[in-house]
Amino acid sequence: MSTLEIKDLHVSVDTEDGAKEILKGVTLTIKGGETHAIMGPNGSGKSTLAYSIAGHPKYTVTAGTVTLDGEDVLAMSVDERARAGLFLAMQYPVEVPGVSVANFLRTAKTAIDGEAPKLRTWVKDVNTALEQLDLDASFSQRSVNEGFSGGEKKRHEIAQLELLDPTFAVLDETDSGLDIDALKTVSEGVNRFRAKEDRGVLLITHYTRILRYIQPDFVHVFVAGRIAEEGGPELAEQLEAEGYDKYTKVRA
Amino acid sequence: MAEAIETAKVSSHLHPEGSFDVDAHVVPTGREEIWRFTPLKRLRGLHADAALDGTTVGAEFDAPEGVVVERIAADSERRGSSGFVPRDRIAVRAWHGAATAYAVTVPKETVLDQPVVIDLTGTSVEGASATHVVVTAEAHSKATVVFRYAGSATLADLAEFVVGDGAQLTVVNIDDWADDAVRAGTRHAQVGRDAEFRHVDVTFGGDVVRHDTTAEYAGPGGSVEMLGLYFADEGQHIEHRLFVDHTAPHTKSHVVYKGALQGEGAHTVWVGNVLIRKVAEGIETYEENRNLVLTDGCQADSVPNLEIETGEIEGAGHASATGRFDDEQLFYLRSRGVAEDEARRLVVHGFFNDLIRKINVPQIEEKLVATVEAELAKNVLKGLD
Repeated sequence: MSTLEIKDLHVSVDTEDGAKEILKGVTLTIKGGETHAIMGPNGSGKSTLAYSIAGHPKYTVTAGTVTLDGEDVLAMSVDERARAGLFLAMQYPVEVPGVSVANFLRTAKTAIDGEAPKLRTWVKDVNTALEQLDLDASFSQRSVNEGFSGGEKKRHEIAQLELLDPTFAVLDETDSGLDIDALKTVSEGVNRFRAKEDRGVLLITHYTRILRYIQPDFVHVFVAGRIAEEGGPELAEQLEAEGYDKYTKVRA
Repeated sequence: MAEAIETAKVSSHLHPEGSFDVDAHVVPTGREEIWRFTPLKRLRGLHADAALDGTTVGAEFDAPEGVVVERIAADSERRGSSGFVPRDRIAVRAWHGAATAYAVTVPKETVLDQPVVIDLTGTSVEGASATHVVVTAEAHSKATVVFRYAGSATLADLAEFVVGDGAQLTVVNIDDWADDAVRAGTRHAQVGRDAEFRHVDVTFGGDVVRHDTTAEYAGPGGSVEMLGLYFADEGQHIEHRLFVDHTAPHTKSHVVYKGALQGEGAHTVWVGNVLIRKVAEGIETYEENRNLVLTDGCQADSVPNLEIETGEIEGAGHASATGRFDDEQLFYLRSRGVAEDEARRLVVHGFFNDLIRKINVPQIEEKLVATVEAELAKNVLKGLD
């Protein structure tokens, strides 16, 4: 069984006033087959955790470890992490003008697999993935994320998740900005991924809404760069009823 | 990336006085508006008094049937038939110095399905040369003319384009010089009633390449599209100066130049001038320049100027942006497993892609993609940033 292990992770960003610590010791283990939801108020460090796992250069890990099946993830470059089996569905996917979705997907798939996908099955796979996410066939000829609606960007992220088929997926607020139909479509995509053997999901969200469609095994409440509370799905229901006040008040 | 959109009136330098008299054009010092970006010392005297009697640039024409290619005399009336008047010292010296002049004529209503290809190849930088080519697309003809420049040379050249009423002329200029070439090219187009003129600059090679391209309209309804793609390497100076003079009503102009720079001392200059004269009511114009700086030590100067003398216009705008490799783009691609060099390659191809598609001359498209690839291999793919 695959394991993504985060131990005592401390992460800083550079600000005008010097380094500012955002993550203050996060410990979390995700095993294949599990879905973990990370919930928390704005500014609690949820996205920082996602980007740190992916290796964004803006974030500096000052202490702690991240390992994937015992391998040191922090020692890997951004693309090595992806090839090792990590995937980040971004909250704000980036436009790449002039690069078509088709070219982008093929290039990424080739990089992940170490060889070009078989043309005939690949075209079919891409079309299926796009179709399942309600993206029409002309979508693959558009430039990556350029002029996409908010919903199209998120559906495109999940199409990539299905096509690139990593071991662990980090979904950074994939639900934000989606209407209910798009939320269902996106959730179905995530659930198809989860249904495969030995796949783990770290689902970062501000709202409990998505958890009605993607049932987490574990819920972690993130406050001020730390996990403030952990539990099962019932914790999400409690948050739904009570909000984050309980945790933020403690800080005050 | 900083976007600059302005439609306000700027102080005018868009009414240059032309003259065929060499002495009317003093030797520039480098402080003049039109010379301030150009490294005069590297022009080998083209702008001053270097003799232009070199014979090191050979011209070869490959023209489909129906096209007339001929040598013309220095006093031929074909010369200047576009309304061209030299506006700087290099141009006027080339006018008087051109030892050989050629005329290419696409007769009335002739539609070519293959391009006319003109190869100008230099064999030495010693002995500056001057050439002059006049291309005439007669009424309702349709043609593509490709100029390919290669080899070593010190060249001052003139090209004139006379686009007849209802004609469609596409001119592609490829500067694929050796590293030591110096070229100062001056082009002028006269666009007839309801005619379409497309001019494509593809500039890669050479030590100093400076292009001055101007267009005016002989009647209403004409359209001008100017596209450019350039790639400056270490120490290279590539300069494009454009001037679209809207001299007739209901005319259009659309200018898009995109460049990439890499290596210490790579310098590009783009000056896009558009003048909308009082008579030019109901015109549309847009000009845009984008530069992608791939390494440290490069400089991209970008100056759009728009001068409007009538309030009765359909649309006028311009944009200029110079940016570095976008780290967020690279991160996004790399987070999908794409290695850094491949990610950089994708971004640069993407940057040029829409322009290459717009050029839409199938015969050169493959060559363009390959050349971009070769340029990238020089530097970007070595992981410099």
